[in-house]
Parts: sequence; structure tokens; C-alpha cells
Amino acid sequence: MPSDTTQIILKGISGSPGICIGKAYLVDKEGVDVIEKYSIPENKVKKEINRFKSAVTKAKNELADIIKGVPEELRQHAGILETHLVLHKDKMLYGKAIDIIKNELVNAEWALREATSQAKSMFSNISDPYLKSRSADIEHVSERIMRNLIGCKDVNISNIDKRVILVAHTLSPAETSQIQLEKIMGFITDRGGKASHTSIIVRTLEIPAVLGLDNATQLIKNNSIIIVDGSKGVVIVDPEEKTLINYDGLSKKYETRKADILRTSDLPAKSADGHLFSIMGNIEQPEEVVAVKDHGGEGIGLFRTEFLYLGRMNFPDEQELFNQYKEVAELMAPHPVIIRTLDINGDKAISGIPTPEEANPSLGLRAIRFCLKNPKIFKTQLRAILRAAAYGNVQLLLPMISGCEEIHHTHQIIDEAVESLEKDGLAYNRDIQIGIMIEIPSAVIMADAMADLVDFFSIGTNDLVQYTLAIDRVNRHVAYLYNPLHPAVIRMIKHVVDTGKKKNIKTFMCGEMASEIINLPILLGLGLDAFSMAPQSIPSIKNMIRKISVSESKLFLKEVLKQTSAIDTMNLITDTYGDTLVNGIYDKYTDK
Amino acid sequence: MNTLDYDLSKKTSVINELGIHARPAAMIAKLAMKAQSDVWLCKNGDRVDASSIIDILSIACLKGADVTLQIENPEDINILNKIINLFEKGFEELA
Repeated sequence: MPSDTTQIILKGISGSPGICIGKAYLVDKEGVDVIEKYSIPENKVKKEINRFKSAVTKAKNELADIIKGVPEELRQHAGILETHLVLHKDKMLYGKAIDIIKNELVNAEWALREATSQAKSMFSNISDPYLKSRSADIEHVSERIMRNLIGCKDVNISNIDKRVILVAHTLSPAETSQIQLEKIMGFITDRGGKASHTSIIVRTLEIPAVLGLDNATQLIKNNSIIIVDGSKGVVIVDPEEKTLINYDGLSKKYETRKADILRTSDLPAKSADGHLFSIMGNIEQPEEVVAVKDHGGEGIGLFRTEFLYLGRMNFPDEQELFNQYKEVAELMAPHPVIIRTLDINGDKAISGIPTPEEANPSLGLRAIRFCLKNPKIFKTQLRAILRAAAYGNVQLLLPMISGCEEIHHTHQIIDEAVESLEKDGLAYNRDIQIGIMIEIPSAVIMADAMADLVDFFSIGTNDLVQYTLAIDRVNRHVAYLYNPLHPAVIRMIKHVVDTGKKKNIKTFMCGEMASEIINLPILLGLGLDAFSMAPQSIPSIKNMIRKISVSESKLFLKEVLKQTSAIDTMNLITDTYGDTLVNGIYDKYTDK
Repeated sequence: MNTLDYDLSKKTSVINELGIHARPAAMIAKLAMKAQSDVWLCKNGDRVDASSIIDILSIACLKGADVTLQIENPEDINILNKIINLFEKGFEELA
């Protein structure tokens, strides 16, 4: 690269494929920097104080309404909100801010900011980590008052009025799902990894994204021109003209290839030697059924049900759940709809209620563990699923199973749900197929015993890779180790598929591993016959299956099983299938 | 308030597991706000306003800490006793 260049190349993790070129828009989550300071004439001080007081009152009322909406079973978590309510009028915050307005003759926003940072600084000397983290409570309260002072609702994403590329330190799944496609071309973040929830959602949106860039928010200024290459995980800031022209061409090529493959998505996924595969879509919301159908999906292989539980103050009731499940079942009939029961960390179930965080949430009280501990919540969902099963080909999938007793326990609760439905005289289907997610190594080892208790296995590779290789997939320091082609992972999958065949039950794969064409030769060789993935991955996977011969891939697998590292495996794939892959959708294999 | 009557101050200690975090602090502050005059919470020479959650939190009373509560107005003795009672019951937190 010539030395007079001004362009900066940043390397991150590919979040979602595709290329976009546009202006950067930095999301300032704290909003701290945008607070103006101006002086208030002495005769207006009283008015300014009243403005502050009424913002506090509004904030308190807002919070009081939120508390009212908290359901009975979560009352204990609402305690912290009651505390926040009292904090609104705390001398050190409320009194202090008023003093600052009076004494320094400044606007209320600035005074609040000053009072908040003084209050927070009192916590900096505390050594106890739990008490120290309570300064977050002050921040929450202060933020709510600030929002009422400034008079804007949510500062972020919803206010953007031109097409931009979002640059953020981090985006939560909830924020990501608020992205309006007509305004956002792509996005990049400092944090996050390939299999983070944010990345999964952004792939559904089909916009390019690069995650885990470390310090993008510091290096990129608002309105800078940036290129996002989501396929390679590269971001170029202030590109030279030559780079721009090059990427403009690549972007067009990518779009054309994508359109070509999309046109063939209705064709069956029949391998070169005539084996038929079932390709289904992963969804979070009923609206996505359309995307699955448009991309040629033959069913819903994974219906993540968390969405209805997030971003609200209470748990959804049975009728609301039932309506949603029924809608999806009817839209997709006669194809299967596999509904995964709640896979959630209990503390995060309800937004706005901060609770002490678990040190290791992915190893903590989540998914089936949370449900079995909260049988009332679980039973509500099971009843809704059993009822929806009367309207289509609905199947039940249990996440995070680590031992047989969890399956037994769930069967018991299902029996209770059936009994109560019978009593209530509601239509339901008891003969629903029940499957488990294989995503914990203990479930792999115990697959033979578990196969006797269920109708199918669904391999969730994201978690299986994370738990097998001991990698926190959102930790960018170890994200490089996250590789589904690790020989241990391939051998584990083989064990599950073989066991399923021996016990005569179906085995699906619904993790991200199934959506990358490079993994397909191995997956077909392993003998999996159904895959589920993000809707937009379906066309390229179907396209690739049509080019692969299953009998050849079985021979190929024998070679794969001899490899001892992910890199060797990767090289073997590109050596053997390189030509086939070159015609695939991803630029990273074609632009070498 | 340099010469405090002995009765206007009482000693107690923190017995609940998590110490005086936000919720207990709010319980103390709610009571202290009703007092006629100031209510003080003291620990190891630090003295803070018991009607301010933030002030209370800032002296980090962990489990086992010895604290003293002070009032300035004898009429607030009931409030003092109620706060002491909160400490003794571990702020109704189950162990």
C-alpha cells in the first residue's frame, strides 16, 4: 500500500455477508456528549428548577406505570424498581441538581449530568464489586430523568432520517431488531462474535455486518465514508478512489450472484446423485414465515420463541402465544413447524428489571433449567403449543437438555398440561412429536439413552461448539477459536447422527454450521438429512446440495475424520471441493 | 450537634448477606425522610445522611459491619428504632 494513503483497514468478524458503501452514523448510547451547557439568567432560575422538577415527576410516573405492569411472579425483581423510584428524589441527585442550577446558573440537563457524575464518583472507592455496581442504578434513574428533560423518547436508531451505516460499540438483539431497512445499509460494532444473537438477527435482515472490531467507534467519525465487507469481515474507512471502484464492482457482482441463486430457490434440494434433503428456515417471529417461503424453505426447523417474552414488562399469556403459534402452523402447513420452548436466561426475561448478573449466564439458569424451575410459565407455553398442534404439523423442541431426568420431568409437565387442557375442553394434539436440542456435550454422550425418550434430535451447533471447545462466543479474544470444523465437533456430530440412525429417530441440524456452504460436504457425508437455517441462507445451500454427490461425500468424510485440526479440515475441503465452492455465494472464496 | 445525648444514637451491625445495597438503603432512606431533623448513619468515622440512598451506599456497609445511627431531635426516636429494627431483621432478606 502506498504510504500517502489515508484509508484505514479494520479487521473484525464477519457478522452477515454482503458489501455496502456509505456514510457512517455513530450511535451514541449514553447521549452524554450531546448534552449542552448554557447559562440561565437569574430571573429564570425558578422556571428552570420547575422544568427539572416536572421532568423528575414524569420520570417517576413512567416508572410507577412500569412497576404496575410487572406480573405477580416477578414481584421480587420489581424491588429494584421501587428503589429507583425513591432514588428519583434522593438528595444527592435531586437536591444536588437543584443546587447546581441555583448556584451555577446552568440549565437543568447540565446540572443533572453534574449531579449524576458526582454521585457516581462516590462509588469509585468502594471495593465490594456488588455494591460498586450499584452506581448503575443511579445511571438508570438519571437517564430516565434526562430523557424526560430533553423530551425525546429513545435517542437511538429510530430517529435516523437518511440511509447510513450504523457504527456502534455494541447493539443488543432488541436494538438490532428495531433496525429499519430503508434507513440502515449495514452495521459494524466493536463487540460481538459470529454466533452472537445480534449477528443472527442481522443475517435475517440481509444487510452486511462486521462485528468485533474492537475500536471502530473511536476510529470512525460521523459521516466518514466507509466500506463494509461483511463476507470478509473487513471495514475500510475513508477509502481511496481505487478501493471504492473495486468494491463497487464487487458489490454489484455479489448482488447479481445472489439474485441468480435466489431464482433457483424453488427447486428441490436434490443431490447430484438423487438424494432428497429437507431444508427449513429458522425464525423468531411469524412475519418471517414469508421470508422462509420466498427463499424456498420447506418448513420451520427452529422457531425461537423468546421474542414474545423480550422487551416487555410481563409474560405473555397462553392465548397470545397460541395465536402466534397457530398462525405459523397454518401458514406453513403441511410442512413441519418445530417450536423450541423458551430458551432464555430468567433474569433477562423481562426488560427494565436489572437483577444481579450471573457470572456465566451461558452456564447458568437458562432454557429448560429456567422452565423446569418455573413450571407455571413453562406449562403456559406447553399448553399453547399443544393447542396449536391441532392446526398444523407442530413439533416440540426442548433446549439445553443435559440429562435424561430433564426429559422425564418435561414429560410430566406435558402430561399435566394435557390433563388441564382436557379439563378445559380445549382442542389440542397429544400426539405431538417431541425432540431435544443436542447442544451440550453430555447430551452427545448420552444420545443413546435419550433417543429412547424422544422422537428426534436437533443439533444446535452454536452452543455445541461453544461448550465443546470452552469458548465464550461473544468474547472477541477467543472468538478465533470458535470453529465448527474442529475435529472434536465433527466426531461428536457423527456420534449423534449414528446413534439416531441406530435408534431409528431423525436428526436435524439447526445451528449456523448448516448455513455455510463450506461445511456441506461434511454434513452430507455424516448422513444428516434435514437442515434448518436463517431464511436467506436457504437458496445457496440448496444450490450447493444440487452440486454434491452424497456417495462421494461419504468417501470424503473418511478423509475428514483422519484430520487432527480445523485448519487441516478446511484445507481438505477447499482442495476437494474448491471448484464447486467457487460458484457459491460467498465472496471470500472467490476473490482470493 | 456536638454533644449528642447517648439515647440519640444507637449501635447495630449489618447481618444480611449482601450488605446495605440499594434496596435496604431505600428502606432506610424512606424512614429517615420522615424525620423532623437529620438522621445520620456512621461507619468507621464516616458519617452520611441516612435520607439519601446514594449517601448510604457510598460508605459500603458490608455484612458484619458495625454501624451507628444518630438522630438530632428526640422526637425522631421512633424512626431511629424502626431503622435499627430493619438492621436486626436483616432487611427481611432471606439468607
